[in-house]
Amino acid sequence: MSEAIAAAAGSAPVVPDDHHYTSTGQSSRKILFWTFIGSECMLFGSLIATYLIYRGRDKVGPHPHEILNIPLTSVSAFVLLMSSLTMVLALAGIQRGEMGKTRLWLAATAILGMMFVGFQIYEFNHFVHEGLTLSTNLFGSTFFVLTGFHGAHVTVGVVWLWTLFFLTFTGRIKAGNDLDVEICGLYWHFVDVVWIAIFTLIYLLQ
Amino acid sequence: MATTVAAAPAHAAHSQSGLWSWVTTVDHKRIALLYFFTALAFFFIGGLEALIIRLQLSHAGATLISAQTYNAMFTMHATTMIFLALMPMSVAFFNYIIPLQIGARDVAFPRLNAFSYWVFLFGGIFMNLSFLMKMAPDGGWYGYATLTSKTFSPTHSIDFWAVGLQVLGVASLAGAFNFITTIINLRAPGLTFMRLPVFTWMTLVTSFLIILAFPVITVALIMLMFDRLSPAATNFFNVAAGGDPVLWQHLFWVFGHPEVYILILPAMGIISEVLPTFSGKPLFGYAFVVYSGIFIGFMGWGVWSHHMFTVGLGPLGDTFFALATMLIAIPTGVKIFNWIGTMWGGSIRLVTPMWFAIGFISMFIIGGLSGIMHSSPPADTQQNDTYFVVAHIHYVLFGGTMLGLIAGIYYWFPKVTGRYMNETLGQWHFWLTMISMNLTFFPMHFSGLLGMPRRVYTYQKGMGFELYNQMSTAGALLLAVSLLVFLHNLIRSIRKGEVAPSNAWNGATLEWATATSPPPEFNFQKLPTVKTLDPLWHQDGPKGHKIDVGGTDGHGIHMPNPSYWPMFSAFGMTVMMAGLIFGLALGVPGGLLFVYSTYRWALEPAS
Amino acid sequence: MADRKRSSFSLALLAMAALAVLAIVAFAPEAARAQAMTYPQTTLEPKSEVARSIDEILDGIVIWVIVIFVLVEGALVVTVLRFRRRPGGPAAKPIHGNTALELGWTLAPAIILALIAVPTVKTIFANAKPTTGDITVRVIGHQWWWEFQYPGKGVLTANELHLPLGKTVALELESVDVIHSFWVPAFAGKKDLIPGRTNHLWFTPEATGTFSGQCAEFCGASHANMYFKVIVHTPEEFDAWVAQQKAPVPAPDSTSLAARGLEVYQKGQCVACHMIDGVSYGMLGPNLNKVALRQTIAGGMFPNDEKNMAAWIKNAPALKPGSLMMNMNLTDQDVEALVAFLRTRR
Repeated sequence: MSEAIAAAAGSAPVVPDDHHYTSTGQSSRKILFWTFIGSECMLFGSLIATYLIYRGRDKVGPHPHEILNIPLTSVSAFVLLMSSLTMVLALAGIQRGEMGKTRLWLAATAILGMMFVGFQIYEFNHFVHEGLTLSTNLFGSTFFVLTGFHGAHVTVGVVWLWTLFFLTFTGRIKAGNDLDVEICGLYWHFVDVVWIAIFTLIYLLQ
Repeated sequence: MATTVAAAPAHAAHSQSGLWSWVTTVDHKRIALLYFFTALAFFFIGGLEALIIRLQLSHAGATLISAQTYNAMFTMHATTMIFLALMPMSVAFFNYIIPLQIGARDVAFPRLNAFSYWVFLFGGIFMNLSFLMKMAPDGGWYGYATLTSKTFSPTHSIDFWAVGLQVLGVASLAGAFNFITTIINLRAPGLTFMRLPVFTWMTLVTSFLIILAFPVITVALIMLMFDRLSPAATNFFNVAAGGDPVLWQHLFWVFGHPEVYILILPAMGIISEVLPTFSGKPLFGYAFVVYSGIFIGFMGWGVWSHHMFTVGLGPLGDTFFALATMLIAIPTGVKIFNWIGTMWGGSIRLVTPMWFAIGFISMFIIGGLSGIMHSSPPADTQQNDTYFVVAHIHYVLFGGTMLGLIAGIYYWFPKVTGRYMNETLGQWHFWLTMISMNLTFFPMHFSGLLGMPRRVYTYQKGMGFELYNQMSTAGALLLAVSLLVFLHNLIRSIRKGEVAPSNAWNGATLEWATATSPPPEFNFQKLPTVKTLDPLWHQDGPKGHKIDVGGTDGHGIHMPNPSYWPMFSAFGMTVMMAGLIFGLALGVPGGLLFVYSTYRWALEPAS
Repeated sequence: MADRKRSSFSLALLAMAALAVLAIVAFAPEAARAQAMTYPQTTLEPKSEVARSIDEILDGIVIWVIVIFVLVEGALVVTVLRFRRRPGGPAAKPIHGNTALELGWTLAPAIILALIAVPTVKTIFANAKPTTGDITVRVIGHQWWWEFQYPGKGVLTANELHLPLGKTVALELESVDVIHSFWVPAFAGKKDLIPGRTNHLWFTPEATGTFSGQCAEFCGASHANMYFKVIVHTPEEFDAWVAQQKAPVPAPDSTSLAARGLEVYQKGQCVACHMIDGVSYGMLGPNLNKVALRQTIAGGMFPNDEKNMAAWIKNAPALKPGSLMMNMNLTDQDVEALVAFLRTRR
């Protein structure tokens, strides 16, 4: 789905005589991105529903309560939540035309995202050592696929953030390009919200 | 990133011709033609598969093709017709007509539009390459677990199907995002939602169904692909590990039922344009038709389990889905009554597009009524998975969708080419189609009620199925003849058809207001201002509002630059996905090409 | 565009086509009903209360369907004929809609659908009533044959479901591989056999005789070759059938061809998949204990005679695509002996 993201980041709408004319007054890229997020909701909704439907049907362990580490994951969830804050600061930076702050907070967001992915890699590794793989049982299949897809989304977001970060140096992203940062932010917040749902439904409500 | 880069002075660069200009085009009208001819080619491939099926079933115990080949034929016939013919042909109409109908110069994202087309093309080719490798998908277009598991389908046939559908899903999703944005955001000044042509409305509803339904099949296919991975296979549909094959059915039909409306709503939109034009009066009950379309789109999410009445969901589940299914018949009926109401009191010009629209109504009624017959779960337990259902879906998808699309072809052909299609050949096409499709599909009601299951490569003597099957086979051959008449008319009229004025049929909507047919590349020199529904019919008189779109001089109008990156990106993505089957040797170069092209695309100036 | 002459030609054809469709819709189901005996798998000749309740719903809907069809298609034809453009004809009236009319034709289908819904829901619940039944049969789906177990009776057979007249049978439907669907139209609608689940279906046969059934869910290469028969006996005959199924079979005379067949059977790969009391305990293929008593072999594909059985043993996949019973390259003499042995299993 990353092509849609790239497209959203790259294709300017064809505008009539007036370069800024649209029926709603909103940027087409933003509208496209909201439809994309709507679609993504169904994607994660289906994955989460599958996890919930299969919960407790395992024939062999390890079972969720034996292996999920809530304190550790709380830390990584906190890291991801903080990255939403830094994302907001990055957007505020570019809206005020402060490119230095924009760079700082874009990089901070990307680094926090990478920390989250790092936690996830550690967690996956640990689970495999504990004997839980994709093939072990239904929990393994549903857990790894769901959280793996989320992790892949975070990774795409990290690549996107670093891309924006470097483009601020080439001059492609400069003061006035709020929308590029805003759309990346929409994506980032969405991924964050999905994690809150996953964390609540899978870790907290076992 | 690159969005506010100043527009290049590029309008002169677009009136190119030659193959390369088609590869790099981002013009919605050219992309529409690419969609159309590709979909038409796949339609003939799917039709050929249908003919082979019909010949094999023409008598009991026939041995024209093997069981395995037959299973591949019906799987690929359905998959091809749904994903490679009917959907993309609808998208061809979206592409050509929507920007014109809403008074825009192009879609919101022209290069994403090109990307959608190329993904569709490569995805379709990829899936059909399976024939060359003798691994054509053979698990049914709905691919029920556990038959699709590695245990029961050890070759790559199911992988081709799953990966192919994933690729095609990307094309559909990208297109739908684009059309939603286009319709919401690029309407001409004054063109409010309740002044939108019904075809535009139905495109909007269809696009919403696509963006919400396709992620569900995406997830189901991901699970299937992970389940088929070796050595680290997942257990989603592995019964020994507690997996449930019924979960696949739920996920598939949560997608699959909205998909049915994705297929029919565009055709309903076309009919709602054709009928008023040739009746010379506005659509009867515009608001009712629009709301019933939205209601159908909404209710389409609450009926999926009516495909599963024999699964054993329990009486409460069956009752809920039966009632929801019956409820959805109401807005469908409302549409039919409004269409007849549109013609009532009109001055009906009986030309080919109108004949096909009338044909649509008459055949869709039959499909709707047989649908009501199996909305009742007890009755459905006798009809499900028999030829009765085969009859039903063909009255809906051929008698409905296909006749609607053909009506659209005859209707908009003068806009696209500046020429009319031949009327005499058109009427031959119509009557041959009507006779042959009824001869093909009507007897299937009886073979079904008399006990013939569907998806059987043969049947025994003494079951009493021969007569009805022979009627169907004869009808299918005649249907092929009618399509050849159509093809002849199409090719002949492109070059020799009678020249048509811009408003070829005295239509009411903005696509008929362009300065020329085919429209200039920028569609409208001046963007029209709209004050009413059916704006072209309200131009005269004291209250009239003249629609002014200017002339043919495109000087100073900035149009998007052509680009080959969407095509390379689409190609890279398809190759990358093929790597899921054939390993990293394909996956890595494909992935690199995809990422590189996408970056180049994202960073190049858009206009 | 269309001149006057051409459009009347078209109209004549339209009328003809409409009449033809009408005729088919109106008369063909009746014709089918009258000739039902030539359609062994028809859904229109119910032979149990469950199947009859379904047929009655269908009849009720069909009446509505015909009425709606005639009215709506009639309205369409009349509209087209009456309002087609003619030279000197009236101009189109610019009517945009009529709210009362539109509400009316929204309510009318709602009422008809409610009239269809009421018996539907009643029948759903009536037919879903859990029942223990007078007799229970486990139906197990295999690619591509049917296994029927009679718990408590010690009987295990394949592709032939024997039932007593007038007794309610409760079926427990299971599958060992892919999804199949149990369908014998004379007695009930179909119900899927799903791996990992047990489905239930019940009915009470009201007529003796042999009835056709077939798998109705696509299940792989030989889905089309997955037939079965339901054979309804009087209760006395049924008891006799059970006794016959349980009666021990004497070993073949040691000098006979059948004895050599038993040897081939025991030494070959047959024992891996097939069960014969006291000889082998394979479970993958059909039980062969009383195979000679069955009407058909190979999932109902062929009549059960020596010639067909020999051909089947010789090369099963050639006769039944995808068959799991391999070609074991037996000599003709071995096949002949095997057939002779299997004919003794009665």
